[in-house]
Amino acid sequence: MAYTLDSWLAEWKRAKQSRPRLASLDRISGAAFETFQAHGFPTTREEDWRFTSVAPIADNSFALVMEPRTAGLDIARLRLPGDVATELVFVDGRYVAGLSRLPALPAGSRAESLAAAIASPHEQIQTHLTRVASFDRGPFLALNTAFLVDGAFVELAPGTILQQPIHLLFVATGRDNGRTTMAHPRVLAVLGANSQATIVETYVGPDTIGYFTNAVTEIVLGENAVLDHYTRQYEGTAAHHVGAIYTEAQRSATCTLHGINVGGGLVRNDIVTTLDGEGIDCTLNGLYLSDERRLVDNHTTIDHARPHCASREIYKGILADHARGVFNGKIIVRPDAQKTDAKQTNRALLLSEDAQINTKPQLEIFANDVKCTHGAAVGQLDDEAMFYLRSRGLSAGHARQLLIHAFAADVLNRLPLESIRADVEFRLQRQLTAKLRAA
Amino acid sequence: MLRVKNLHAAAAGHEILRGIDLSIDAGEVHAIMGPNGSGKSTLARVLAGHPEYQVTGGEVLYDGQDLLAMDPETRARLGVFMAFQYPVEIPGVNNAYFLKAALNAVRAQRGQEELDAVEFMTLVRERMGVLGIDEALLNRPVNEGFSGGEKKRNEIFQMAVLEPRLGILDETDSGLDIDALKIVATGVNAMRRGDRAFLLVTHYQRLLNYVVPDFVHVLAEGRIVRSGGKELALELEEKGYGWLEPSYTEPSAQLAEALPRRQPVGG
Repeated sequence: MAYTLDSWLAEWKRAKQSRPRLASLDRISGAAFETFQAHGFPTTREEDWRFTSVAPIADNSFALVMEPRTAGLDIARLRLPGDVATELVFVDGRYVAGLSRLPALPAGSRAESLAAAIASPHEQIQTHLTRVASFDRGPFLALNTAFLVDGAFVELAPGTILQQPIHLLFVATGRDNGRTTMAHPRVLAVLGANSQATIVETYVGPDTIGYFTNAVTEIVLGENAVLDHYTRQYEGTAAHHVGAIYTEAQRSATCTLHGINVGGGLVRNDIVTTLDGEGIDCTLNGLYLSDERRLVDNHTTIDHARPHCASREIYKGILADHARGVFNGKIIVRPDAQKTDAKQTNRALLLSEDAQINTKPQLEIFANDVKCTHGAAVGQLDDEAMFYLRSRGLSAGHARQLLIHAFAADVLNRLPLESIRADVEFRLQRQLTAKLRAA
Repeated sequence: MLRVKNLHAAAAGHEILRGIDLSIDAGEVHAIMGPNGSGKSTLARVLAGHPEYQVTGGEVLYDGQDLLAMDPETRARLGVFMAFQYPVEIPGVNNAYFLKAALNAVRAQRGQEELDAVEFMTLVRERMGVLGIDEALLNRPVNEGFSGGEKKRNEIFQMAVLEPRLGILDETDSGLDIDALKIVATGVNAMRRGDRAFLLVTHYQRLLNYVVPDFVHVLAEGRIVRSGGKELALELEEKGYGWLEPSYTEPSAQLAEALPRRQPVGG
């Protein structure tokens, strides 16, 4: 094994002391850590990690934060604008009630700290936690499960319609007692039949520290449930962010996952959606931006397990400087899943000759009466369009900015929450502006 | 206004312009005609600053300034406008937003204040009327899904909004039906003024029935081989480009010198 896992073992033992007490969770945590130890961190010899070396994580040691320090923390600008159904704030992986906004939810519904929910304990927790994203599906899942201490639990009673979004804000401070921090937040969202919600997860942290976030979200959608889920990954530009979202949808559910990645130095996302009922509608919208020597790796899997489901996936990436992008989009169509209609598109815009993208669609089709299409394209800014805009008086910087925005527009336009769309546009512009003016 | 002296230009190492001399003064309309591949569009695009071309010799002075040293946006802001032969479709960029940004860039150069949204729309609506531009077109992405005629009209509309001092029309008439051609011509004629000049690059004489030029130049193999008044266009229409053949299959310096040259009129 290439890496020594001693520091991870020491931290795991510390984590054990602060974990909410639940016998079944104790067992799972132990098993997960054993699995992680047996496998170790993935290497680039593994197909799933060919283009993404996690050495910057494996070669470092990170401290788990027991008591988050919130003094002097200003999160006003990170809050979701307007009314929210709930806004749970986490600092270094720990729930901070004092910073959260908790209006009353409809009866039978809840959005609360996962630690509190485990302590209750709650039926949905027993049934679903660590089941949807089971720890044997990857070393970082195992690691998150082993270190599971807190996160968010969202439950919607059948028929509940939440008009306002639920915001889960994960803030990293990056340093704790002189050590670089890590957090392994876990989110479990269970939407009852015919319920409807918007959930926004936001990850932020300081730019200068190479802290580590290893987040796992488990989503269960009941029959006919409708979910709009956003991940806004705005981590600091030196941060390591590994995120997984596992979704299990039942008959006629509508599942839309928007993945926005602007931050992070080393970023890996795994999105796995299982369409386990007929008539499910699944949409994955992805937009990522990377520059300097940063890396963003998006792996997605849409598993069509039943007939008559539709999936739409569009991922777009903007890569500048020496940035690297990886896109791997797997679509599985099981033998039962006749009349599947799956469409996948991924495009990358390379703003420099040194930027790189590795892109791979992966279709595994075992049914015969299906419609599956995929398309991938990599390009630079269109010279003719650049000239056209400049020939009307726009500066080269402004022209580039417009064209980049235009490239991102069809994903941005698919973000139903206006406030999020505006915020993402702002982040894109801010990250790119200095670069464009200089170019 | 514009002095082109012995201009040579190449694309991908292939020389296209082989010594163009041309003088355009304020208030004049010049037409450049010539067969396919003669370098007409190259001349227009070199003047607009297209990066695809390398200027390999000669100079271009615009109001006494070195035009070739300027980037495309500077030329535009100083009043050079080229209507594209093939206007570029730019999905995702709103036509109105683009035009407002362009107008404000040009206005800033002229020392004028930026227009706000209301002032901009007032101006735009006024200019749209003349060119029969539908307001819906404004809110579509730039040129995306426009018909050929809409694209060409949109170019002239942009010109009407940006009010350049030198308008270069690169085969704006190609592919237009007679109604669209008349609309385009009306737009150009409405803009003719004593302090503004036009360079009409065209393959056909037809446009010149509606926008009557002061001077006509015939371009062949990268050089101007004939210059004359508007009657030259009619002669070309009648005889085709073929009759020029002897003079440009074996171009020589002496022959080029011997050809009639336009004497600059006025300042």
